[in-house]
Amino acid sequence: MEQKTKINVPEGKQELTITRVFDLPVELLYKAYTEAEFIAQWMGTKVIKLENKNLGSYEFETSHEGKVVFKANGTIHKLIDNREIVRTFEMQDMPIGVQLEFLEFEEITKDKSKLTMQIIYRSEKHRAEQLKLPFAYGLTMAHNKLEDLLSNLK
Amino acid sequence: MKLRRDVFQAIADPTRRSIVTLVAASAMTPGAIAENFDYSRQTISKHIQILTECELLEQEQKGREIYYQLNPKGIKQIAEFIEPFIKMWDDRFNTLEAVMKKHQSNIP
Repeated sequence: MEQKTKINVPEGKQELTITRVFDLPVELLYKAYTEAEFIAQWMGTKVIKLENKNLGSYEFETSHEGKVVFKANGTIHKLIDNREIVRTFEMQDMPIGVQLEFLEFEEITKDKSKLTMQIIYRSEKHRAEQLKLPFAYGLTMAHNKLEDLLSNLK
Repeated sequence: MKLRRDVFQAIADPTRRSIVTLVAASAMTPGAIAENFDYSRQTISKHIQILTECELLEQEQKGREIYYQLNPKGIKQIAEFIEPFIKMWDDRFNTLEAVMKKHQSNIP
């Protein structure tokens, strides 16, 4: 199946653009980004703090078996209802650093909307770290599965 | 894993990217590559060496000269590298869509 998400990683630049069309009205897509209840559900994280206003901020935290495994935070620079979010995003203890995100919400039809996410990194090297992450994560998962398999054999 | 990390390091450098772009057009000798840059021949040799170690370039002996050309294996690795990143976002957005659709159907 073809992936609906398109990612453009322009060579020689420190940014990338993610686009995706959703079978959702733009209001619901925007809600998924601005209401803690929904963020928690689709991102699979706990929303510690979410101040949805210009110059507000947010904090996410994910725990696994009582240990914090993921922590992210940022400031919300600007919000325009159902149209735009400008914010920063930083994952703690990661070499990626702070990133600046421009999220644009567009209505295509009543039941279809498009999200364009432009992410700007501190440098091209920081962007490369980001791109490597899911790959490394995939490897870790595979490794863990293998370990599980092996321990079951014991 | 180490190899792939290196491929990314290899193309993180602008001079090395220029070398890859040059060689993509046609196979070249180290001398011909160096002529395109203001750096010393030694510096360019070092870059070529790194690119070769990361399997982005490969050597071909033609007579007495060594030519460098793109190594499809390394290039493919870069293309594949980004796949998990795209998949991660696609999965995430699929979840978003499912969560919000469920919510939508609950709205009276």
